[in-house]
Amino acid sequence: MEKYKVVVIGGGPAGLAAALESFKNLDDKKVLIIERDKFLGGILNQCIHPGFGLHYFKEELTGPEYAHRFIEQVMENQIEYLTETHVIEITPQKEIVAVNKKGLKRIKADSIVLAMGCRERTRGAIITLGTRPAGIFTAGQAQRFINIEGYRIGKKAVIVGSGDIGLIMARRLTLEGIEVKAVVEIMPYSTGLRRNIVQCLNDFGIPLLLSHKVTKIHGKYRVEGVTIAKVDSQLKEIPSTERFIECDTVLFSVGLIPENELSKKAGIVLDMRTGGPVVDNTFSTSQKGIFACGNVLHVHDLVDNVTLEAQTAGRYAAMYSQHPELFENNIHINIVAKEGIRYVVPQKLNKNFVQPFVLRFRVDNFYKDAIVTISNAGKILMKIKKSILTPGEMESIEISQKILSQLDFSNDIVVSLQNI
Amino acid sequence: MQENKVTCILCPRGCTIEKKEQGGTFEFAGFGCKRGLEWAKVEFTNPKRILTTTVHVKSGEIEFVPVRTNLPIPKEKIFEAISILKGIEVLAPVEIGSVIVKNILDTGADVIATRKVGKKDSSDD
Repeated sequence: MEKYKVVVIGGGPAGLAAALESFKNLDDKKVLIIERDKFLGGILNQCIHPGFGLHYFKEELTGPEYAHRFIEQVMENQIEYLTETHVIEITPQKEIVAVNKKGLKRIKADSIVLAMGCRERTRGAIITLGTRPAGIFTAGQAQRFINIEGYRIGKKAVIVGSGDIGLIMARRLTLEGIEVKAVVEIMPYSTGLRRNIVQCLNDFGIPLLLSHKVTKIHGKYRVEGVTIAKVDSQLKEIPSTERFIECDTVLFSVGLIPENELSKKAGIVLDMRTGGPVVDNTFSTSQKGIFACGNVLHVHDLVDNVTLEAQTAGRYAAMYSQHPELFENNIHINIVAKEGIRYVVPQKLNKNFVQPFVLRFRVDNFYKDAIVTISNAGKILMKIKKSILTPGEMESIEISQKILSQLDFSNDIVVSLQNI
Repeated sequence: MQENKVTCILCPRGCTIEKKEQGGTFEFAGFGCKRGLEWAKVEFTNPKRILTTTVHVKSGEIEFVPVRTNLPIPKEKIFEAISILKGIEVLAPVEIGSVIVKNILDTGADVIATRKVGKKDSSDD
């Protein structure tokens, strides 16, 4: 069985950054990246639009360009990687079973970084009635077909969901000569970034139908159209508001879920709200020596944040592989999301590693002029005023040494939101 | 599209900024900050966007190479630029950053490759 200090599962932005950071921090530089696709870079390869790297590189790059900067470093450092290799099992003992053209492979790792990314929710996830003809795609799938494979996927399209991928695909389809009839969003607001609504819809006059849903898909062999209807505040269809839209293509952009099939097999405790593993501030999961970062942990809106998070995970994974004894007697206190906060990551603070860290969170609704507080043992340790908070934008707070020094370790850390 | 309102994209606040004409001069209303005002002025006079798409590659390990303009180009020239790029085929290998079309439509912007594409390996099939 081959042995490595750190094995990273997934060669996307999280995996690349974690592998590089592990590599830098190891004496015995045995690091391996395992990637399912033919190329490193992950989904960034199909995200050919600009807008990546504004925070991390302070310049605007496309997905492939952003990925390239990390792939280049992987090559320069001659970090080992396997492509077209699928991991089918990881065990709590950190043994990995993978398969590729050459057959089955068993690998032993001192520590593992999970960086498998996420999956798209499909039509089934939102229970859409109607037939099952050709012409129904998830937005990311359509993105791959168009941007990498070069297919023309249809002529007239309706997009369900106004998250960033849906918005970006509305523009992409338009540029490809496909008429986008409408973007249909069930919520009264879009969860996509503002700049995408302006540059992807408004620029091309594509209607965004808020508080609307697709109630039925029509067509026998190929999509022939969809029925849409207005919804009320309970998201229930309002009778007699139905309208038929003729189209041959339907794209679903209705959310992403962390890809945790492997994590479950390894017995890792998952967080119901993020869909990813519960981690502490070292990005360690409930299984010692198995770390997680990127969209497998929680779905990000900016890759820049993925990179930063993955670097931390990679650093601690390297530390674990060299000094597992440092993680021997882990004691945690919980970091709890309350009123207005949907989730926080990390969910725990490891008492062995009380070092400044970044707390990331999402709110559960739209808020104007609110205060985010961090409290512990009934004492408010930090107050941050925010003029705008939206569920679509991930927030970060730096937990400084000063705050950490005031903590009462027998109590939870509570993150909550108050209106002013 | 000639509109008198634009939505600022610089921060999540997303101010709606309005342009009003008063005796030959323009006034702006609704902006939340100075940066927003500056952004709106450009957006009203000459909106520009970075264009990204793909171009066909011959004998490459992948069939399409993603490309972008290295500078934003005027919004109204986007579809014309797309139709030029649709008709182009480049030969592998392509280096990241290599120029695919120089000074497209006299905009001053070059169209550059955003991914490296190696030659097709005969063992690929």
